[in-house]
Amino acid sequence: MSSIALQQLLDFAFIAAVALFILALRWLSSPITARRGVLAGEIGAALAVGATLLNPELIQYRWIVIALIVGAGIGIPLGMVHMTAVPQRTALSHAFGALSAAMIGIAEYYVGVPHVTRFQMGEISLEVIIGSLTFTGSLIAAGKLQEILPQRPIVYMGQNFVSLSALGAALLIAIALTVDPNRTMLFPIMVGVALIFGVLLVTPIGGADMPTVISLLNSYAGFSAALLGFVLNSKVLIVAGALDGSSGFILSVIMCKAMNRSFTNVMFGAFGQVQASTSVAAETRTVRSASPEEAAAILAAASKVVIVPGYGMAVAQAQHKVRELYDVLTKKGVDVKFGIHPVAGRMPGHMNVLLAEADIPYDHLLEMDDANSDLPQTDVALIIGANDVTNPAARTDSGSPIYGMPILDVDKARTVMVIKRSMSPGFAGIDNPLYYLDKTLMLFGDAKAFVGDIVREISGGGHH
Amino acid sequence: MPPDFISNLYLFVLAGFVGFEVIKRVSPLLHTPLMSLTNALDAIVVVAAIIIAGRHESLLSTTLGAIAVAASFSNMVGGFFITDRMLRMFKTGRPQK
Repeated sequence: MSSIALQQLLDFAFIAAVALFILALRWLSSPITARRGVLAGEIGAALAVGATLLNPELIQYRWIVIALIVGAGIGIPLGMVHMTAVPQRTALSHAFGALSAAMIGIAEYYVGVPHVTRFQMGEISLEVIIGSLTFTGSLIAAGKLQEILPQRPIVYMGQNFVSLSALGAALLIAIALTVDPNRTMLFPIMVGVALIFGVLLVTPIGGADMPTVISLLNSYAGFSAALLGFVLNSKVLIVAGALDGSSGFILSVIMCKAMNRSFTNVMFGAFGQVQASTSVAAETRTVRSASPEEAAAILAAASKVVIVPGYGMAVAQAQHKVRELYDVLTKKGVDVKFGIHPVAGRMPGHMNVLLAEADIPYDHLLEMDDANSDLPQTDVALIIGANDVTNPAARTDSGSPIYGMPILDVDKARTVMVIKRSMSPGFAGIDNPLYYLDKTLMLFGDAKAFVGDIVREISGGGHH
Repeated sequence: MPPDFISNLYLFVLAGFVGFEVIKRVSPLLHTPLMSLTNALDAIVVVAAIIIAGRHESLLSTTLGAIAVAASFSNMVGGFFITDRMLRMFKTGRPQK
């Protein structure tokens, strides 16, 4: 076969891959067709990789084969992690994607120099800066999620100035390189500064903001791949990168809306140690607490229960006990639904995956708006490890840092039960007036143990 | 400006809009698998990495290319794998069980 004919065949393989990628995302719109989407994506990726391996430009396969084996060796265990570890796995995969894009951009520069045009230099610089900052930023995010690094925001005076100066320096070097691409000394400095900026960007961000940060990093990783497509004139990269970038962007917008905050506020707001004074004052207010027996009696007598899970459920690994509670209540004829706030957990959709893993049917998982229309007719709202997403101050207290954030209106249910370790405020450090309502019962203890006790009471009570 | 730039820009804008329209319809229920699937699709960067690693132009470019192949291929394999694992868990309550 002539090399032109082969080249065309490769192009057709890439076009088929692109079409399959779009179908993959299209089929992900419903859980019924979603697995077909994964298959379409796999076929598309296999076509593209297979076609590339036939490319006549390839002279030596040894390193390709070794790298593919190493990649599979890393990827398979990362694909087998427990569902509670999915947020850090996702952050790590953004880091790998960005690393890959940055490495290719760097290689293109050194292979091309001194014949790199100014235009190419501008593209390469932008691509390498975004790739590098996404790489280190994602590593920091993964470290925070894995709790290797502290999850609280790490802040210091003049932080935003330092961070923005690093970004500014990287961009200035990029401009200098674009003016004269042969200043090879500057290139590694630009990469280094961009790597440092990624660290500075994510370090001050607290655990509760992780859903937005992961989505933004997803978007950056996608756009760096698309930019790489421009550098290499590779259409398949442009399309895949644009799809990934727009997906991350949409998710970031959804997450920001769900917290009623702007991108700049998430990235530079260093939300965190606000309201220390009010939470101290709050300790003198009275709360009503209840035992597992009392909680079990109220739940068993209810006809409709909405469970609101949060990150605390994931930390306590309580999802399987929650499933047992769902089973015993359903057996008693109680209608049990789950109200899922978009930012519950550490990444978009985190709670849904955990509950699906525990075998809870997905048609019982309600989005925020649906849950809010059910809550006024609900007998018991049971909150497990969620805090800020249920805080009525978001509706009523214009002085609260979360004022205006859409919340689950659990206070409209007849009875509210909150499983919580202690009265200490949540990650954002904001006091929750929900806990002091007359209709609220605080269930103090470990989520897993407490739910287990309730289950034992309800199922034991049935045999008396 | 290279001649391909404009046609690439067209493609980028159109793909961005297609992505926006398609992804907007993904239920929040599946946002976690959405992220792992787009990650696996984005790992198509591996095709560029393979070319860099296999053209054998210099030790540096081969090394960088090989690192890029390993990093993106791990995303491709791991991303598809975990997405499918997650999606298998989503079941309705109605039919069997």
